[in-house]
Amino acid sequence: MELTEKDALTLSKLISKREVSSKEVVDAYLNRIEKVEPVIHAFINLSAELARKQALEIDEKLSRGEEAGRYAGVPIAIKDVLSTKSFHTTCASRMLENFIPIYDATAVRKVFNAGCVMIGKANMDEFAMGSSTENSYFGVTRNPWDTNRVPGGSSGGSAAAVAAREAPWALGSDTGGSIRQPAALCGIVGLKPTYGLVSRYGLVAFASSLDQVGPMTLNVKDCAALLGLIAGHDPLDSTSIPRTPDEYLSGLTGDVRGLKAGVVKEISGEGIDPDVLSCFYKGIGALEECGVHVEEVTLPSFEYALSAYYIIAPAEASSNLARFDGIRYGFRTECDCADIWEMYDRTRSEGFGGEVKRRIMLGTYALSAGYYEAYYAQAQKIRTLIIRDYNRAWDKFDVLLSPTSPTTAFKIGEKIDDPLTMYLSDICTIPVNLAGIPAISVPCGFSKGLPVGFQIMGPPLEEARILNVAYALEQSLNLDMRPPV
Amino acid sequence: MAISIEDVEHVAKLARIYLTEEEKEMFRKQLSDVLEHARVISEVDTSTVEPTSHAIPLSNVTREDEVRESLTVEEATKNAPWSDGGAFTVPKII
Repeated sequence: MELTEKDALTLSKLISKREVSSKEVVDAYLNRIEKVEPVIHAFINLSAELARKQALEIDEKLSRGEEAGRYAGVPIAIKDVLSTKSFHTTCASRMLENFIPIYDATAVRKVFNAGCVMIGKANMDEFAMGSSTENSYFGVTRNPWDTNRVPGGSSGGSAAAVAAREAPWALGSDTGGSIRQPAALCGIVGLKPTYGLVSRYGLVAFASSLDQVGPMTLNVKDCAALLGLIAGHDPLDSTSIPRTPDEYLSGLTGDVRGLKAGVVKEISGEGIDPDVLSCFYKGIGALEECGVHVEEVTLPSFEYALSAYYIIAPAEASSNLARFDGIRYGFRTECDCADIWEMYDRTRSEGFGGEVKRRIMLGTYALSAGYYEAYYAQAQKIRTLIIRDYNRAWDKFDVLLSPTSPTTAFKIGEKIDDPLTMYLSDICTIPVNLAGIPAISVPCGFSKGLPVGFQIMGPPLEEARILNVAYALEQSLNLDMRPPV
Repeated sequence: MAISIEDVEHVAKLARIYLTEEEKEMFRKQLSDVLEHARVISEVDTSTVEPTSHAIPLSNVTREDEVRESLTVEEATKNAPWSDGGAFTVPKII
């Protein structure tokens, strides 16, 4: 078996036992990238030289019998929204095309401290705004299952890189589904942690009350391992939860007998593609065979979640992206401006793409005098109602279930001119971010040759529980998730 | 909820984004569509509901006031599109 067909934990074991060197592993991935990247385009910038150098250092340490980190020598792809010291971080925007951070994001520092080798910065929708990775200034990423289709988004580069075996695992970020939806569309595993479990320090902010960094992997074990690596309190992020994270990896028993699961009616019926639904119900059947009790549950305020999200997230974005002014960092217009106001206007007009401008405009409108109460304040109250719905459900259920995405991967160009239709791609994933709870997407089968994702949601900080349910489902279905590319 | 070209111009000014006439018309239509969809939230009676700003609230987060290394002037200005002698350069303001 090729090295690039192995998962991250297997590679880690092989490297630590010195059955294979980190250099051999990194070279195998760089060869794979050379072969498939011209078609897939999962990366904005590759860090091949840096990766080879890091791999050699790790091999030297291991040959001297020194400690080289928990997952020493294992390559990783990092979404280009996370700051990497001295290495380009673009957010897929012209605005940051030449930006070189002066510090590492905490999640990045943690994977480096564990000895992981960064193979490149993964493509994404500009500033993580989008559901298809078509909003990247650096061009689209293609889905490894069908290269005429999108990989989902916004972490589409991370998802495609893992699915196409250009990296064994990746970091993504999720504000309204940006880890789980691309994971579903590319047939991999992706987890959005509880808000505050993973530090946001060095994550370029989109919507600060919703953003979380999380793992994107080939299987549930790798997902538990990578989550364990990046979770934990960080004094540099005042919203990070001061608590020691659970042992996610050792908690994977696959024993889910007696657990109670609720299928959320509002996001598991109307509006979901019938083939996706039938696949989802095969997954339900598999969990029932594992001993899970499944019932339907209705969470009525979910009807308003998408609308509330597309007020709250743009409102926060309009404030966060005000920092891009062409002065301290980033792009500045070449135009000969009469005054500083014209410089701001031109810089932001030329530096931001269409979707980013649209969301800044939408958010600015929702926060402006006369509309604040009707839109922003009302949306924040809807958020309370969604949290209440979840809390009522947790009285009765251990986990909640739904498909991850209403459709499988759609065609490149199919939805890009119709923002509202694109926004509907996030209908199943958004309530999770509004409530700050954890959720995982795990493959549950195929519809017309394209992967379908199964979403498992849990109460705050119950990542271990949703991982274990995902593990049981994965073991029970035992799917072959190798794409044709 | 249909919004007008004047609304779009007002918001673009607040957001400091220059728009062409074509972009103004495109955003007028697209923002109207999204706001029309968002209007459903006004149907909900929230008179007794408190707003949520953060789902997992933490309050009074403090830390020790310790002296530590900070950025050098060179680091702080190295990503600036225009800088001179350790200062950011901007178009004439006054």
